[in-house]
Amino acid sequence: MTDTQQTKIQVRNLSKVFGDDAKKALKLRDEGLNRAQILEKTGQTLGLSNINFDVREGELLVIMGLSGSGKSTLIRCLNRLIEPTEGDIIIGGENIPQLSDKELLHCRRRHFSMVFQNFALFPHRTVQMNAEYGLEIRGIDKAERAEKAKSSLKQVGLEGWENAYPNQLSGGMQQRVGLARALANDSSVLLMDEAFSALDPLIRRDMQQELIELQHRMQKTTIFITHDLDEALNIGDRIILLRDGEIVQIGTPEEVLTRPADDYVARFTEGVDRSRVVTSRRVMRPVRATARHDDGPRTVLHKMSENALDSIYVVDRERRLLGIVEADGVDEAAKAGKDSIHELLVTDFPRVGPDEPLATLYPMFQGKSYPVAVIDDQQRLLGVVVKGAVLEQLAQTGEQ
Amino acid sequence: MDFDIPRIPLGDWIESGLDFLTTEFSGVTRAISRGTQSGINLLNDGLMWLPEWALIALVVLLCWKVSGRRLAIGGLIGLALIWNLGLWNPMIQTLTLVVIATLVAIMIALPLGILAAVSDRFYRVIMPVLDFMQTMPAFVYLIPAIPFFGIGSVSGIFATVIFSMPPAIRFTTLGIRQVPKDLIEAADAYGSTRSQKLIKVQLPLSLPTLMGGINQTIMLALSMVVIAAMIGANGLGSEVWRAIQRLRPGEGFEAGIAVVIMAMLLDRLTQSLSGGKKTK
Repeated sequence: MTDTQQTKIQVRNLSKVFGDDAKKALKLRDEGLNRAQILEKTGQTLGLSNINFDVREGELLVIMGLSGSGKSTLIRCLNRLIEPTEGDIIIGGENIPQLSDKELLHCRRRHFSMVFQNFALFPHRTVQMNAEYGLEIRGIDKAERAEKAKSSLKQVGLEGWENAYPNQLSGGMQQRVGLARALANDSSVLLMDEAFSALDPLIRRDMQQELIELQHRMQKTTIFITHDLDEALNIGDRIILLRDGEIVQIGTPEEVLTRPADDYVARFTEGVDRSRVVTSRRVMRPVRATARHDDGPRTVLHKMSENALDSIYVVDRERRLLGIVEADGVDEAAKAGKDSIHELLVTDFPRVGPDEPLATLYPMFQGKSYPVAVIDDQQRLLGVVVKGAVLEQLAQTGEQ
Repeated sequence: MDFDIPRIPLGDWIESGLDFLTTEFSGVTRAISRGTQSGINLLNDGLMWLPEWALIALVVLLCWKVSGRRLAIGGLIGLALIWNLGLWNPMIQTLTLVVIATLVAIMIALPLGILAAVSDRFYRVIMPVLDFMQTMPAFVYLIPAIPFFGIGSVSGIFATVIFSMPPAIRFTTLGIRQVPKDLIEAADAYGSTRSQKLIKVQLPLSLPTLMGGINQTIMLALSMVVIAAMIGANGLGSEVWRAIQRLRPGEGFEAGIAVVIMAMLLDRLTQSLSGGKKTK
């Protein structure tokens, strides 16, 4: 994700107190008391405290925390299913906590679609009618909403099930209906509240994969709540870690894993399958020396002995990677008096992009003697990954 | 030892309250009375106009459609028996009163039940009132009915509506309150207005419970309509009443059996109507 993306939602100083005397609880918080102390003194729960973050246009933002961390409260504050106690939530120039009931209704219709943990499908409506719900209450005419619902059902792979009732479907399929209902609505933000948590693990993996693909295709701004770190790391562009109603860390999955903000996050990330998250960029080393494509064999040999290399990457003037040559071959060419290394170029060697997870890198080392070259999308050589670096990264399970 | 505690004149108060109501609102009660009476006459004449066999055929067909062969056969035998006993006309009169009383009761109960479901304050007010209405002996309602509407079927309907309404209110409230919280949340999250939520989600989902309440109301209405014979409501009840006064147990039981047949038919019919909606 690049930094040029626009901000979709700004959340500023958001707090939520469950209780009758919110002011008192917030005052105690400002005096430095923690959640437990406030609960003891006032009998009120500080659900969220001083939450600040931005949601970027088109990103899949995961809010992650254990039960009681306030993640469900947070997502419900965004569309005011729960009234926030203080703070601003700004979307499209509107400050959601300030909206009147009528404005809120319009805001919900325009901006938010929600997918629920237990699906929350309407049992008295067919799959098609469920998918149409959001459009129906907005007063979209029958033909148009039927068409939109149909196409969103198709997107989630439920073509042909339009006339079934939710209780005739499996859990995974029911949640697809939930997703279709959200997509058909064509709102600008998708809120997913533990959307896959009620599904069994295999289906869950599939759904995660499909969500990633869908999200990639549609570029829909998505806020996804989960208590499962693996899920968060797997699908999130960025992750917000929540504990006791406060944000502990905001970062990409890789940042959370490799630079945990504190001990809590570090303990949390222990035992995570790092091979899926840590990418080639993280473990690559700079290339000590490269040969230019117009270097003669003797120059190349010299560079190799200077840097103690058995083989060397050959690049062109723009540092685009052309191939690799080995010391033996270059030596022979030098002895034969040739002045070019062109016919020695080996092109059959592993190369990957900078964002490749280690899980796909690892098998490339099987039986090959070359390291893995890391290149950008213009074929320019960025660095090199050696087997030792991968093993080292996989060996440290969160002990930062 | 005698403490001279004056007796609280509760009964006097209630009477003067009722007097006040009857005199001040006589115009209103008379209008209601006329309207109800013409409704009764219209429905009664309509049902009487149909030949017996035609109505039996209609009911049997309805039983067969909504329930099945067993209820259809039962309906055929039961109604034929009533016809045979010469109780057809009183039965139609009773049916008329039950239908009208139930319709009025539902028309009042539905909005009250919905209101009690969405407003906690109204819920707290209406629940004790319903307790009162249900535990008060049914006969008591007959007494104020007479000054309001005079002797006759309209008074019978008035007492019946009051007596049979509580379950319809209770079940409506219960049905709406039972709708799972996550479905309400879903409806809210997509920006439903209050009435959209009610019409598209809450009412359809409370329909089975609501139908259960209507079933109860019909049963209570039937039992009360029979009792209302004491204040001059026509029908099977007045047959029973006459049999009591003349000490003719045989005739009394005949009319009683006709009531039982009606009750069973109405109960099974409304139950299969509400059950049928659920199984999709």
